[in-house]
Amino acid sequence: MNWEIVVGLETHAQLRTRSKIFSGASTAFGAAPNAQACAVDVALPGVLPVLNVAAVELAIRFGLAVGATINRSSVFARKNYFYPDLPKGYQISQYERPIVQGGAVPVALPEGEKRVALTRAHLEEDAGKSLHEDFHGMSGIDLNRAGTPLLEIVSEPDLRGAKEAVAYARALHALVVWIGVCDGNMQEGSFRCDANVSVRRVGETAYGTRCEIKNLNSFRFMERAIEYEARRQIGVLEDGGRIDQETRLYDPERDETRSMRSKEEAHDYRYFPDPDLLPLMLGAADIERIRAAMPELPAERRKRIGEAFALPAPTAAILTSSRQMADYFEAAIAGADPETVRQTANWIAGSTSAKLNERGIGIEDCPVDPAQLRGLIGRLTDGTLSAKLAREVDDAMWAGEGSADEIIAKRGLKQISDAGALEKAVDEVLAANPRQVEDYRAGKQKAFNSLVGQVMKATRGKANPTQVNAILRRKLG
Amino acid sequence: MLNATVAELSSALAARRISSVELAQLFLDRIERLNGVLNAFITVDAEHTLKEARRADASRARQDAGPLTGIPIAHKDIYCTRGLRTTCGSRMLANFVSPYDARVIERLAEAGMVTLGKTNMDEFAMGSSNETSYFGPVRNAWSAACVPGGSSGGSAVAVSARMAPAATGTDTGGSIRQPAALTGICGLKPTYGLVSRYGMIAFASSLDQGGPMARTAQDLALLLNAMAGFDNRDSTSVERAPEDYSRMLELDLAGLRIGVPAEFFGEGLDAAVRKQVEGAMRWYGEQGARMVPVRLPNAGLALPVYYVLAPAEASSNLARYDGVRYGHRAQDCADLLDMYVRTRTEGFGEEVKRRILVGTYVLSHGYYDAYYLQAQKLRRLIARDFAAAYHDCDLIMGPTAPTTAFALGAKMDDPVQMYLNDIYTIPAPLAGLPALSIPCGFDAKGLPVGLQLTGNYFSEALLLGMAHRYQQASDWHLRVPAETPL
Repeated sequence: MNWEIVVGLETHAQLRTRSKIFSGASTAFGAAPNAQACAVDVALPGVLPVLNVAAVELAIRFGLAVGATINRSSVFARKNYFYPDLPKGYQISQYERPIVQGGAVPVALPEGEKRVALTRAHLEEDAGKSLHEDFHGMSGIDLNRAGTPLLEIVSEPDLRGAKEAVAYARALHALVVWIGVCDGNMQEGSFRCDANVSVRRVGETAYGTRCEIKNLNSFRFMERAIEYEARRQIGVLEDGGRIDQETRLYDPERDETRSMRSKEEAHDYRYFPDPDLLPLMLGAADIERIRAAMPELPAERRKRIGEAFALPAPTAAILTSSRQMADYFEAAIAGADPETVRQTANWIAGSTSAKLNERGIGIEDCPVDPAQLRGLIGRLTDGTLSAKLAREVDDAMWAGEGSADEIIAKRGLKQISDAGALEKAVDEVLAANPRQVEDYRAGKQKAFNSLVGQVMKATRGKANPTQVNAILRRKLG
Repeated sequence: MLNATVAELSSALAARRISSVELAQLFLDRIERLNGVLNAFITVDAEHTLKEARRADASRARQDAGPLTGIPIAHKDIYCTRGLRTTCGSRMLANFVSPYDARVIERLAEAGMVTLGKTNMDEFAMGSSNETSYFGPVRNAWSAACVPGGSSGGSAVAVSARMAPAATGTDTGGSIRQPAALTGICGLKPTYGLVSRYGMIAFASSLDQGGPMARTAQDLALLLNAMAGFDNRDSTSVERAPEDYSRMLELDLAGLRIGVPAEFFGEGLDAAVRKQVEGAMRWYGEQGARMVPVRLPNAGLALPVYYVLAPAEASSNLARYDGVRYGHRAQDCADLLDMYVRTRTEGFGEEVKRRILVGTYVLSHGYYDAYYLQAQKLRRLIARDFAAAYHDCDLIMGPTAPTTAFALGAKMDDPVQMYLNDIYTIPAPLAGLPALSIPCGFDAKGLPVGLQLTGNYFSEALLLGMAHRYQQASDWHLRVPAETPL
């Protein structure tokens, strides 16, 4: 029996504001517990919320980036429930009229681009944090995070399977970071996802009963959790069972989801418009001002770069994986000829990306700046460096030894392309290795490669390999 | 001096006939003498008061004094005050000391006023008799067997018994005007948004509004001048140019149109109250004002609408009192739920719990549309009734409360009877309109009757002018309560 896995994601993206959404306290990460909780965040008697306009602007920026409707009037509502790290006993959120409605996120999938539709995105405040260790059977409450602005981005159940869900989450992550609304730091909780998962038999049009999975704090866990949950649901259904709507928690240690609360146990949040805050009214001019300041979006830029330089899709995707990456690439190739562009693109997509991944850093922290890379690629295309030497120079540039030319000069790495010098080196190698010459003539191709290697070794890798090949073939007849 | 108005004290201080410290001491002594019986104050800190008085005298000495500098005032214990505990009349906050001052407290301090103490009130401002206070009932100075009204009953009695020349109050469904009426003083609930709610402990946020309580309309105007003003920490605060609320005190009454809604003179109105109110209206007529019958067809729905919306907001506003961060916390709790349940069971009184339950119910899934949403729609209709009425009149006049002060305990077992006390005061806050109450006579038992004037948005100066003209021609507001002779 074939099953289709249906997923919708709810993503909480922390908005990049200096202060909280309804108070003046700082949102900086990592302060001592409760050092960044002011009277409003602690919910002292008598305090009132005041909306941070910066959070509103970031929400609008997101809405414009996904082609959504920006509601000219939206309403803050109270979501009421008791929890020790929820100081007011309610969370200020948006319910019936969110600021952003509709829109779509383009996701690059192996079979082509898919536009994943969004239901809505709304503004809300984060809760604090409960700390259960180190308090001798009691719990500690840290309210530094309480009141941090969040944009909750809700997708339609448009995703089919774990891989697609992760691809969407990655694309959304790249987008919110790209447009500067979120720092995307998943370890610090700046980007968190819950997944609504259901399954149905292929060909069915109605959705199955869904379960919401919480605690997906990495893309890897998200994929595993959705896969586990889909398997579980399919198992239940194939055994003739029924899926109950519930909230489940993913446990990465045991790689399984566990029931957290059933539909019956679900909170009645008693949403109602927050009387402390007036409806949020936006003027056309406010929205247009934000639209005018929008950067080129990732999908547009990927298309433009890919087409302009005739790059293969995977390369174009890597080069536009972040705004900084695309800026880096475009700075490195400014005014360059097509061959240099091709070499630069391949270099960044290959060597540079690999080094960044190894070190776990982003392009913005790359020790080699675009001008330096440009110097290196120049020496590659003009034949000064072989690919192997170029890698050595690159390593040295990463180690901070200076520009490509400086390193070439210091290490004497200039590729030997001088025919006379190469002829001499080849002659010496042939004279010293009569056995291999014999083997080659007897038809052993391996012996040829060994002779090339000997020449390269003799020139300490500096010989131009194309030329060495040609000379050897000629001499060996 | 104890019997002087704020305006008179202002002159006396300016003329150096008395110092602020001497004045504060006079009132502190009187509080000391009367509070044991009346229970108007929850917290009095003489040293704190005298320190502020000395500061006021120092300001005056360097020619840096305004009209209110050095004048003592009592604050309803709903306003957060740094250094003086703020209980809101509840066991939940019995030991709570705020680390910050409410905006109203700041403004009055900036004007140089001297805090006499914190006044008793119904718990979390939920009550019409001041009997729901954790700190015990307040007694009416006109008859100690009677309630003073509520929820600002402590402030009302403090002013009425000359324990303070003025006091702050808050009004959600009548909490300034009804106790003012029942204690024979003046009280003004301003237009919603005029006075900052920052630091005023929330009961029902869309209705709560702070305002002054004093012996004369002129004093109310002086106090409102200091209390009103935009506050960027309150998103519902109204940003508008400052105005002098005393500017219309010498108002010409001729030609003014006074709206008289039949709905305010129907069943349940005590005959003595009606007689006194009609007497006051007759006086206005004699001055050339015109009585215009107006209709408020939805006024009868105001009480049920209020008792859906106010508890709904309260149920959410009071969720923060959970024992986690401040205030009362139950001891030896088994687990989190046990802590919540016992903290709130112990910390809140019966009336507060009743309203939290009602509010939680009307916001619940499946009931929201039928109650909360329906009430919001009716609220809009009530506001529309007023708007229509103000096409035909300049203000609306009627009784503040249907009866005079009632006996302690008389209505405690019947919440609906208790709620009916606010039948005339509830429509104005639902519409966000300003309204004030001034004394207009006494019933046969010698208990004061209040006259209510409700105006259009931001018409405080007009209302105060109307009231002042009446007080120039009457002496109800000058009478000293029988039980607290000077």
